[in-house]
Amino acid sequence: MPNMSNIKNMMPSQTPHVRNKNFDEVALGYDDKAAIDEAKRCLNCKAKPCVSNCPVCIDIPAFVHEVSEGNFERAYQIISKSSSLPAVCGRVCPQESQCEGMCVRGAKGEPVAIGRLERFVADWHNIHSKEKAKRPAANGHKVAIIGSGPAGLTCAGDLAKLGYQVTVFEALHVAGGVLVYGIPEFRLPKSIVQREIDTLKELGVEIQTNVVIGKTITIDELMQDHGYEAVFIGSGAGLPKFMNIPGENLKGVYSANEFLTRINLMKAYKSGSDTPIQRGKKVAVVGGGNVAMDAARCAKRLGAHVTVVYRRTEAELPARREEVEHAMEEGIEFRFLTNPLLIHSGEDGFVNGMRCQKMRLSEPDESGRARPIAIEGTEFDIDIDCVIMALGTSPNPLIKDTTYGLDTQKWGGIIVNEETGETSREFIYAGGDAVTGAATVILAMGAGKTAAKAIDAKLTSKDTK
Amino acid sequence: MFKILKKQVLNPWVTLMEVDAPLIAAKAEPGQFIILRVDENGERIPLTIADFNREQGSVTIIFQIVGATTKKLDHLNEGDFIQDFVGPLGRATHTDGLKKVAIVGGGVGCAIALPIAKKLHRLGCEVHSVIGFRNKELVILENEFVKNSSKLVRMSDDGSWGGKGLVTDALRKLIESGEKYDAVITIGPLIMMKYVCKLTKEFGIKTIVSMNPIMIDGTGMCGGCRLTVAGKTKFACVDGPEFDGHEVDFDEAIARGGTYREFERHAYEETCNLFKEAENNA
Repeated sequence: MPNMSNIKNMMPSQTPHVRNKNFDEVALGYDDKAAIDEAKRCLNCKAKPCVSNCPVCIDIPAFVHEVSEGNFERAYQIISKSSSLPAVCGRVCPQESQCEGMCVRGAKGEPVAIGRLERFVADWHNIHSKEKAKRPAANGHKVAIIGSGPAGLTCAGDLAKLGYQVTVFEALHVAGGVLVYGIPEFRLPKSIVQREIDTLKELGVEIQTNVVIGKTITIDELMQDHGYEAVFIGSGAGLPKFMNIPGENLKGVYSANEFLTRINLMKAYKSGSDTPIQRGKKVAVVGGGNVAMDAARCAKRLGAHVTVVYRRTEAELPARREEVEHAMEEGIEFRFLTNPLLIHSGEDGFVNGMRCQKMRLSEPDESGRARPIAIEGTEFDIDIDCVIMALGTSPNPLIKDTTYGLDTQKWGGIIVNEETGETSREFIYAGGDAVTGAATVILAMGAGKTAAKAIDAKLTSKDTK
Repeated sequence: MFKILKKQVLNPWVTLMEVDAPLIAAKAEPGQFIILRVDENGERIPLTIADFNREQGSVTIIFQIVGATTKKLDHLNEGDFIQDFVGPLGRATHTDGLKKVAIVGGGVGCAIALPIAKKLHRLGCEVHSVIGFRNKELVILENEFVKNSSKLVRMSDDGSWGGKGLVTDALRKLIESGEKYDAVITIGPLIMMKYVCKLTKEFGIKTIVSMNPIMIDGTGMCGGCRLTVAGKTKFACVDGPEFDGHEVDFDEAIARGGTYREFERHAYEETCNLFKEAENNA
């Protein structure tokens, strides 16, 4: 008999006024009882709209059913057939616009908490399963993966499971890409990322850090001199965007990438780290995406009063709903319909205030999005000493500039065949932010998966020729 | 981990290290840089490549002890390992078509200027080097500059070595004596490069500067190394580190370089105290 409650089981979390002072994980996850109870809310409907809306097509009703029966390991095995990073996805996927967004239970009440269940199952497996992932028999093919973020790790995992010899090249000193330099510890503990990477290593994936493809080695060298038959580019998004307003290069203006990298990758918030960070007292974060929320909540944890400045309204915030709610609970102030015009400098060359302007929304344009329009005569100053620009990124030029014949969009994104992920160069594939511009972890994973399948088909057909 | 093959003290504040890094040595060109992390909790710092040996697979760095990280690095010896070492990053110096060049180096900047002088000299370009130091004790790489320059002018602030005065004084003399340069390449403290550029602008001589701002990843991700060039935001790590000196906003770069001055001073003192304590206990 299904559980007909119209609301999700609550997931316990640290209370807001405690967690906004520490970097420990905010959400604490279900226990066995809550997980089983929540899983019973699934009606096991025939249409399975959740699966069709999952970028990596996890068999959601099947794993949820196993949870409802208390078979957590079996549930894990079902998820891991489709996802290389379940503990990560359960935490960072925008479920409300994907699996849960289509759930039939959502028509009258809240959808099944699929994300929370996925997280529960992955964590349960990581705690209880001592078995190492089995390394499959080698098929004799070598593939290089560029970048160890979600796209690269997924592609690497899928290919390793098929017996490919996979090497992942990472520019930074640790693997994980945006999962370690971007997403903060309190949202995605680094130990969880490490655990997922260790699993890939057990499958035989080799990870080489401190190698910048396009600089240390080029893609053509990988293929000609090092024997890689195919390459997947998952190098992620690139250079941070700025607004090009006066004062943007003052001391105390960060890109979100820099601010988050200092905190997450370099641990600047911990004593003992050699990496400095400015601890602003009054911080403005410009932007409304997940990265903006992450930056705002990090700044809060460093002791600042934080204001998110966003030029549209709350309804248009591109961030995951849960992150916005968490940020608000933690005492972060939001100024909607507000756009910065310039950043004031103090005598010491540090930020000292920001001039903003009120905005209003136009009628939605052809793209369906309402454009913000400045309202003349509404300029005002806000009192701040640090600004974090979270406006997205433009693609990194290093690979494009050093790979002959690799076609890119005008704005720099790598052009691929959407069905396969193959680029204009045969045997070179790409996916994730390097193709789409800044998007989500799960979309990058989906692209890594698509490419792995296509690479396998391509190299297998080479065998039979 | 990257092994230190050779360590040489060039002066009390400047050290040379040859590091085992074959992948980087195979690709390195003058003007490019590496990023290193001394140990597990270390920060990432950029250092320009001073030399490389493709056969031996080694990369040479020369650094001045200015803060906690360079202090820690200086405490490592031959046979020790550097935690992380990545590169070669940035664009190489454009040397095409240069027939006669003045290289102007200041202090430890001379270590970065030398490989460029070497390459130009090897390509048959006439190289005039002007190198300056605060005083005689701080002079580095004199013989190497002698070998790779057809003319070498030595300057020191106090006159204890070569001519007394600034490198800009010496460069002005060369230009006014009728030397015609295709380009001036200058590397040293920001303030020195600023005034070299001011001088060469007066004479309309194309000038290349090498910028070394605060950086984290060095691959075009963090945006910390941004500077304003010709009114546009550029990133030293992927667009540079060399830029047209007449277009660089030096005042902004000087200000940004001071973002963490307090933190750096504190970290440096702490590190010095730790080493002192260790010595006392030994």
